[in-house]
Amino acid sequence: MENVNFLYDLLGKNIISVVLVISLPLMFVLVYALIAILAELKVSAWIQERLGPMRTGPWGILQPIAEVVKLIQKEDITPDKSSKLLYNLAPFIIFTGAYAAFAVIPFSEYFVPAGINLGLFYIFAVGSISAIGIVMGGWASNNKYSLMGAMRSVAQLISYEVPAAMAVLSIVVLASTMNMQEINKIQSGWFWNWFIFGGPGTIAKLWVIPFTMGLGLIYFISSLAETNRVPFDIPEGESELVAGFHTEYSGMKFAMFFFAEYANMFVVAAVLTTIFLGGWNSPFNDFMQGPIWGVFWFVSKAFSVVLVQIWIRWTLPRFRVDQLMYIGWKVLLPLSFICFMAISLYVMLK
Amino acid sequence: MSDKKRLDLEYSQLESDRMRINVGPQHPSTHGVLRLEVEVEGEIVTEVVPHLGYLHRCFEKHCEKMTYLQVIPYIDRLDYISAMNNEWPYVMALEKLMDIKVPDKVEYIRVIMAELNRIANHQIAVATFGLDAGAFTPFLFFFRDREYIIWILEKMSGARLLYNYFRVGGLAADVYPGFKEDCLNIVKQVRKTNAEVMDLLIYNKIFIQRSANVGVLSPDVAINFACSGPVLRGSGVKFDLRKDDPYSIYDRFDFDIPVGLGEVGVVGDCWNRNMVRVNEMEQSCRIIEQAIAQMPDEGDVKALVPKRIKPPKGEVYMRAENPKGELGFYIVSNGTDKPERIKARGASFVNLSVIPEISKGYMFADLILILGSIDIVLGEVDR
Repeated sequence: MENVNFLYDLLGKNIISVVLVISLPLMFVLVYALIAILAELKVSAWIQERLGPMRTGPWGILQPIAEVVKLIQKEDITPDKSSKLLYNLAPFIIFTGAYAAFAVIPFSEYFVPAGINLGLFYIFAVGSISAIGIVMGGWASNNKYSLMGAMRSVAQLISYEVPAAMAVLSIVVLASTMNMQEINKIQSGWFWNWFIFGGPGTIAKLWVIPFTMGLGLIYFISSLAETNRVPFDIPEGESELVAGFHTEYSGMKFAMFFFAEYANMFVVAAVLTTIFLGGWNSPFNDFMQGPIWGVFWFVSKAFSVVLVQIWIRWTLPRFRVDQLMYIGWKVLLPLSFICFMAISLYVMLK
Repeated sequence: MSDKKRLDLEYSQLESDRMRINVGPQHPSTHGVLRLEVEVEGEIVTEVVPHLGYLHRCFEKHCEKMTYLQVIPYIDRLDYISAMNNEWPYVMALEKLMDIKVPDKVEYIRVIMAELNRIANHQIAVATFGLDAGAFTPFLFFFRDREYIIWILEKMSGARLLYNYFRVGGLAADVYPGFKEDCLNIVKQVRKTNAEVMDLLIYNKIFIQRSANVGVLSPDVAINFACSGPVLRGSGVKFDLRKDDPYSIYDRFDFDIPVGLGEVGVVGDCWNRNMVRVNEMEQSCRIIEQAIAQMPDEGDVKALVPKRIKPPKGEVYMRAENPKGELGFYIVSNGTDKPERIKARGASFVNLSVIPEISKGYMFADLILILGSIDIVLGEVDR
């Protein structure tokens, strides 16, 4: 599979173009994280009949920048009895895990940083790196709350990766490829060609639509758990564990956790968009279809998913640890197996 | 040594240790400066020891050095969330000791103030209970409404939180013009928000899963620990001083006493305790409406009381139904203008003592919910 990448077409494959290709997603993550933080502040305010930040810039749009500046100025505390190396390494590992996933996210027909064939597999592989960072941070902090938060977090990440992987695997069966760019191309055309509506096919695909929609929901719920968002924010459950695994962190290291959380939110939203919502395809066949519009469709679809995550966060209470495990293993996993079987049957009969 | 044997040895050394965690005094959900020493085995709570005293201000000793009127601001600082309710049993005790008849209008205003403050207190209780469960939005809905109530109390007394409004034989000030309309508007707003929160929080599936069947307090344990207020009524015991030992003019109003019914979960669990508070807000609304309708417009808000309060020699105990439970004041007078001894019986202190009893065997996250459902204020626990 050749790399489809406009920068390589323009500049040839040399050191400059490679660095550009690597840094484009980084710039995107930084800008996106600022916007997402602002969205979180504003959406929560509107849900709660408040105004949100209004002082920094017009309608408070500079608030996230002010917060980052504040975090940079803060004292960088390393607890006395912590294990220094692990403690200082953890935030970077977590951010690396979140950022590495951007390598295979297809932003447009002509831009995917690395168009490898096992894109979806790769995302799940690097997504688990953050679990290591969380355990490191939680254990090295030498704080009981951090330790409990880290333990819960890892249990949660491992449990919810299974149903999420089953949901993704079902779509892989439908698309018969793991390359995210290919999956996008299959879904081109009208929006009923998206995999959440059963993918392209004849009228016979109607009976498979409930299963693909169910899978979309299962993936979305699992992704909430994987990114530690409400109602699954048990690892950092404020009311019992203060701030979970990052209780002891301050300043820029805390900001790294913050950025990683928002980057992770975008990664899961991007995967959901790619495999269920048609990726960079326009919903209306050729209307506004194209490489540049592709970026627009992709980012707006993924950001809508992020907004739904924010909306849920400010609406629901949180689960308890055992309830979380129950939902993961006894509800989502069997359901995803059923959907997987149904879709396999559909593909066999097709 | 064979492989099998070595494995056995390693497993035998893997004893799980119990961990002791200090929850508080600086912790987001201990509702003040309470310290809970918790012993957990994994996530299961095996032992809880509450440690008090971080907010001790020598209230009772202070009172002995002060005149009776100077004590009232200190009483505000006991249960600072419902200061109006706190002042009431104290002034009632002195009125009983001095045999003062309070004018009718004063009684009505006192009832309205106390019930408004009861609503404000329950709003905080339900809101922070939701917050402990992770629901942030209902918290702010309640705080928005509480602000309107506080505006009324501020217009009446001049203070937002610590009112210093009740006097022996009367009140500090009369009602302001437009007071009745304000109260009726508040009642409307409280009902609207409660209906909203019912959907958003109380009957939310996740919230029910979290709080039902958790921290079950059986009626006999509640009675043995002398619990009172919503904690007792949540266990299904219908005991409310406003009905069972009517003071002031509560016998003139028509209202019910909500108890835990086990509609969800079992009687005496966190959900039912919380539900009692939600229902009590509605009953307070009913009392306010009736009091506004019956309240006389004319009349003074002060009975004929000497400027220096000098109760005769003797002792008196007076109790009233505080939002958190039974608040009583035992006053010993030696005939001068300073009390010989004042003892306060705070509901929060007594209710808190039940925590070690009902939180064993539940998960660590449940302990926080149980603490939230008891609804304590550390000002009253430590005094």
